[in-house]
Amino acid sequence: MIGPERAKEILEQALRASTAKQTEVRLFAQDMELTRFANNIIHQNVAETDTTLTVRAVMGKRRGLATTNNLSAEGIARAVDSAKESALRLPEDPDFPGLPGPNTSLAVQSFDEETAACSPEQRAKGVGVICRKAKENGITNGSGYFRTGMQEMSLANSLGTMVYHAGTIADISVTAMTEDSAGRAQLSAWKVNELNPEAIGDEAIDKADRGRNPRKIDPGEYTIVAEPYVADDMVFMLAWIGMSAQSVQEGRSWMNDRIGQQVMSPLVSIWDDGLDPAGSPMPFDFEGVPKQRVDVVTNGVIGSPVYDTYSAHKENKTSTGHASPPGSGLDTSFPLNLFMAAGNNSIDEMIKSTERGLYIATFWYTRPMHPRDAVITGMTRDGVFMIENGEITYPVKNLRFTQSYVKALADVEMVSRDTRVLISEPFGASRVPALKIKAFNFTGSTV
Amino acid sequence: MDTLSARALETARLRGAQYADVRIVHSQDEDISVKNGVVENMLTNESLGFGVRVLVDGAWGFASSRDMTSAEVDRIVDLAVKIAKASALVRGDPVKLGPSVTSKGTYTTPIQIDPFTISIEDKLNLLLQADTNMARVEGVSVRNGHLTFIKEHKSFANSEGADTEQTIYEAGGGIIATAVGGNEVQRRSYPSIRAQGTAGWEYILAMDLPGNAERIASESVQLLTAEQCPSTITTLIIGAEQLALQIHESCGHPIELDRVFGTEAALAGTSFLTTEKLNDFHYGSEFINITAESIRPTGLGTFGWDDEGVPASSTSIVKDGLFVGYLMSRETAPLLGLTSNGCMRASGWNRIPIIRMTNVSIEPGTWDYNDLIADTDDGIYMESNRSWSIDDKRYNFQFGTEIGYEIKNGKLGKMLRNCTYTGITPEFWNSCDAVCNDQYWFMWGTPNCGKGQPGQVAHTGHGAAPARFRNIHVGVMK
Repeated sequence: MIGPERAKEILEQALRASTAKQTEVRLFAQDMELTRFANNIIHQNVAETDTTLTVRAVMGKRRGLATTNNLSAEGIARAVDSAKESALRLPEDPDFPGLPGPNTSLAVQSFDEETAACSPEQRAKGVGVICRKAKENGITNGSGYFRTGMQEMSLANSLGTMVYHAGTIADISVTAMTEDSAGRAQLSAWKVNELNPEAIGDEAIDKADRGRNPRKIDPGEYTIVAEPYVADDMVFMLAWIGMSAQSVQEGRSWMNDRIGQQVMSPLVSIWDDGLDPAGSPMPFDFEGVPKQRVDVVTNGVIGSPVYDTYSAHKENKTSTGHASPPGSGLDTSFPLNLFMAAGNNSIDEMIKSTERGLYIATFWYTRPMHPRDAVITGMTRDGVFMIENGEITYPVKNLRFTQSYVKALADVEMVSRDTRVLISEPFGASRVPALKIKAFNFTGSTV
Repeated sequence: MDTLSARALETARLRGAQYADVRIVHSQDEDISVKNGVVENMLTNESLGFGVRVLVDGAWGFASSRDMTSAEVDRIVDLAVKIAKASALVRGDPVKLGPSVTSKGTYTTPIQIDPFTISIEDKLNLLLQADTNMARVEGVSVRNGHLTFIKEHKSFANSEGADTEQTIYEAGGGIIATAVGGNEVQRRSYPSIRAQGTAGWEYILAMDLPGNAERIASESVQLLTAEQCPSTITTLIIGAEQLALQIHESCGHPIELDRVFGTEAALAGTSFLTTEKLNDFHYGSEFINITAESIRPTGLGTFGWDDEGVPASSTSIVKDGLFVGYLMSRETAPLLGLTSNGCMRASGWNRIPIIRMTNVSIEPGTWDYNDLIADTDDGIYMESNRSWSIDDKRYNFQFGTEIGYEIKNGKLGKMLRNCTYTGITPEFWNSCDAVCNDQYWFMWGTPNCGKGQPGQVAHTGHGAAPARFRNIHVGVMK
């Protein structure tokens, strides 16, 4: 761990080395360890220590970027020079507003000493319990990972911004497979003691056990009761294809022509909040701007996309603190701390209220087909069951769907009161509920 | 052998490792992207670090760091050994690696022009010229262009005596025109995200980005009012770039032997190509010949040795339609009584090597493309990938392409938008009745192949030529 003082020293050293008109320097450090298991044994087990410095040099309306993990004086100077040299050779970007700041950020607690110090033996112990129970229950392939570690991000710029945040991550994912069935479970937190490996393993094993001897059914339109993993896929995909201000400005977002309208069910609210410790908080964005809560959907009414400084400047607005990492390939802004509102129902109530439908654990390999309508294709995975007359009656084989996620969220009939935190790699997290959706379009089945 | 590697291997031996290897990787990247005539990103990136992999008590441990000091080498080796001992607490049969690997030598990607010697101005001028040409077409909403260059120097040494060094160059680039109108967002790209290879600046010049800019811009606008792809069962001719991704997803992944053995089940999934099918399963029709190799020029899977020190090689995967080979590692190949064909690759110093595609390609057939179109009475031609999705066993797939054309009476007809097709992998490949010849064959790349936990992005090569498939379900969209 670098710590705030050492991080500040490195950032100030980089700022001093720069002769650009404006300079932004960002330090990202991580110590991550991941224990991976498959076939009911640990087969991969890894650790990584890295620190990367990113320099953004600004010369008027021009800016260049350089990153390095060489934190020697020479390495820092080379990155600073490279960023400035790049900037000098580029044509001007008339829309570039300059760096934001000075900014400070709120302190948000998401660092846990026990999680940061979690040892390979502790993770092996947790994995061992999962693998033992998998074997005892006839699971031929218990697989997944147990990840722990810490990340630090600090950022300074020549306008006076100096921010730092350290957070820990604990994440367990289990996929249990038999010859013809599978079940999955995942839970994330920033405190490792909030994760119970045995309970997470049991959840996956139970689905795999109940999924044996699946039947093939015809594709078509079904009511679905979907676990939180499905809602996680939905909010991430909607973020990817259109929660950024840039995507709306360019007319390629599902939010275009829908802002202010009641498009989804009144039960659906989606927002981004980097300050809420109930998720995986991060108090500032990748240009050091404090994060604000942005209501993307409120009771089914489409609200606002998220902004960084660049996209906000185009509309004479201020950044909401959602700048994405420069050079990441993402739009200039991106929501990384998404929430979907809890409801008042249990999953059991959703099942009991369903005359005929499908219980879905997970979506897999989802890809956009029509971004403006948010039409997505993908597969079900790791647990699909038929619901008849309010009861789960038998497991079914996986299906392919082709479905507008906007339309699906318009058809939400019930939302669970329990929500689950799911952390994505390398950044971002969601806290989402289970959903009952009246109509969902399945277009194919697999062997 | 450098002193860091020697120290790491000796320390691992003293700590009780039965096997150890160390990779030192120094990568330099340059990315330039232009959007609507202004530079969106101009990024240079440098990363240096080392990773140590040890086998202790028959189980694996791996640790890595950017800090190249002796003290850190000792700490990382200690950590790797500690991790391996923890792995051994939940172990199966002890890991066996088959025959020793003692490769020695150096390898450098053969390039004509070092891309890092070309000025930023020259690179930008190329992109801006293409941008200007796209901007001439009225109705284009967003214009993108990008160039990517990579130079990676990697040393590998193991406790069996292997000691290799290699320098791999990559160059890639392309342009995209996006048109927005009504409720439609349509794009055309050239050549594609898959235009990346182990090559120098000459690879970029050969693309002629400015010369193709106006055409794709015009096509993106025309797509806004083109007819929707019909929903039907028909004959489908797939362009080479789209077929390259079809090979990647429906052949390249299911022949990864780690997937077959279930060790990627949690994320990537497993495979329908289980071991009893080897040499006893008709993956495709007689016209299908697929090869995995790491030796063809410009392939993103071309190198001197894999990240276990196994030399580059060529393996037949599908021969006249019969499934005959896998992508293998030192640990998995002996389980089939075979030796590794060198497919273990890590995305950087901070990741372990896992089985990855090298260059998995369909071999050229005999057809001239124009004759193939002329020979098709009724069908659809699709090219340039837009979306892709496939199940975790690699059976059920659905792809979308940027553009399509109706084929009527042996001629390309009206343009089609939102083209999609879906199928089941072996049924699909067995429906192939024609593959175009080497005049239409190109080594495409896939620089964004995700696998592993923690995640790794691999760069893989895929040679492909246009091919024809019968009775394909097209037009899946709601």
